[in-house]
Amino acid sequence: MKVDATLTVNGTAYPVELDPHISLLSAVRDVVGLTGSKEGCDDSECGACMMLLDGKPVNSCSYLALQADGREITTVEGLAGTENLSTLQRTFLEEGGVQCGYCTPGMLISATALLSQNADPSEEEIRVALAGNLCRCTGYDGIVRAVRSAAGQTA
Amino acid sequence: MSRSFVAPTSLEDALAALAAGARPVAGGTDLVVGARQGKAPLPDALLAIHRIDALRGIEEVDGAIRLGALVTHEDIVAHPVVRERFPALADASAIVGSHATRAQGTIGGNVMNGSPAMDAGGPLLCFDGTATLRSSSGERVLPLADLWTGPGSTAAAPGELLVSIDLPAPAPGTGSCYVRLEYRRQMEIAVVGASAVVTLDGGTVTHARVAITALAPTIRRVPEAERALVGSDGGPEAVDAAADAVAASSSPISDVRGSAEYRLAMARVIGRRAVASALARARGEAIPIPASPALHGAH
Repeated sequence: MKVDATLTVNGTAYPVELDPHISLLSAVRDVVGLTGSKEGCDDSECGACMMLLDGKPVNSCSYLALQADGREITTVEGLAGTENLSTLQRTFLEEGGVQCGYCTPGMLISATALLSQNADPSEEEIRVALAGNLCRCTGYDGIVRAVRSAAGQTA
Repeated sequence: MSRSFVAPTSLEDALAALAAGARPVAGGTDLVVGARQGKAPLPDALLAIHRIDALRGIEEVDGAIRLGALVTHEDIVAHPVVRERFPALADASAIVGSHATRAQGTIGGNVMNGSPAMDAGGPLLCFDGTATLRSSSGERVLPLADLWTGPGSTAAAPGELLVSIDLPAPAPGTGSCYVRLEYRRQMEIAVVGASAVVTLDGGTVTHARVAITALAPTIRRVPEAERALVGSDGGPEAVDAAADAVAASSSPISDVRGSAEYRLAMARVIGRRAVASALARARGEAIPIPASPALHGAH
C-alpha cells in the first residue's frame, strides 16, 4: 500500500505517494524527477547517492524515503544559485576535481556537509570526511585540492 | 502481507505498533543497508521511530550519562562529557562508517543489531552499561552482557524497544580507550577490537574492565585480563599479562577480513594497546580521540 508524503527537495515541496520500502534515492530520482544524485553501489559503500537531510549527510540509497517526509532534503541540484555555481562547484572545476563525474554529486554534498561544520579543514580532515565517497577515476588529489581551495572562501 | 509504515511521535504509539508486529527502524544504517546487501528483506510492517523526541538526547546527572536510543554516533563524538569522562566511547563512535553513517546511525540500532564487531559495544560494556527495554506491558533493565546472546541476536522480545543506555559515573582517576585493527581509516568494520576502562588510585589499579570485539560470538568482557590489572601498578608486566589474557579468551572466526590465526595474533597486540592507552589516559596523558588512528601512527 502506498503512503502519502511530502518530500521537500531543495526548498520545493513535492506531494508524493510512496511504497514503504522505496529508498530516498529512488523517490527523488524516479518520483520527484531530480536525477543529479547517482546510484553506485546501492548499499552505502560509495556515497554517489549522498544528500543532506536536515543539513546532515545521508546515503539516500539506504534510507527509507518515507522517513524523509516533512524534512529538508538537499541534492546537488540545490547547491547552485540561479545564476552562479556554489564555491565548491567552482573550485571543483578550477582544480580538476571532476573526471567522469559520476561521484561528483555525492562528493559535492559530502564536502558541503564538511564545510558547514568545519570552515577550514586540514587535508587530513578532508580525506577523513570524504572517505565514504569513492571516485572510481581515483581523482582524489583534485577533489581534495578543490575542497581546500573552497575552504575559507565565502560559500 | 501488504506493506505498512507508521512514524509516530509518541513512545506509547510506537510500543503499540511494535506489539502489533511492526519492526523498528531509526537511521537505517544496519537494517536498510542489510536489506540492500541481501542479508534479510525489509520487514513488511515498518515502525519508524525517528520522530520520537523522548528517545533523543544525552542526559548527564552527577557524572552518569543516559544515551537515548536515537542518539547518533555524531552526537556521541560531539558531547563534551562523553569526550572527557567516557573517551573510549568517543573513540569508537568517531570511527563508525563515514560521516553520513555517523550522522544517521543511532546507538540504539547499533546495540540492538547485536554485531560482535560493533565498535561502540566494547566501551559500553566496559562502562558497565545497562539497556532499558520497554514494551506495551512494562519495562526492564538488562546489563549489556545479558542483552547480547549471539551474533545478531539479543535477549529482547519482539515487542520490546530499547529506549536508553545508562552508563554510571566513572570514578576519579579513570581512563579508557577503544582500539581497533582496521585496513582503512573510515568505512571499516573492526578486524579485531579491544576496549579497556581502568581506574588508578595512588599508582595502583583499583578497577579494570577489558572487552574484546570481533573476537568472539558477542562483544564480551575478559575477566582474566581484568584480574591481571587490579592490584597491579599498571606497569608493562601487568599490561602484558592482560594482553595475554585477551588472546587466550579469544575465539575468532575466519572471514573476508582476516583469518582466525591472524585475528588471534592481533588480539594480543590490540588488547595491549587498548589497556596501555587506557592507563595512559588515567595518568592524564593526552591521546587524541579517535585513539585508533593515533595509535596506528596516522597523526
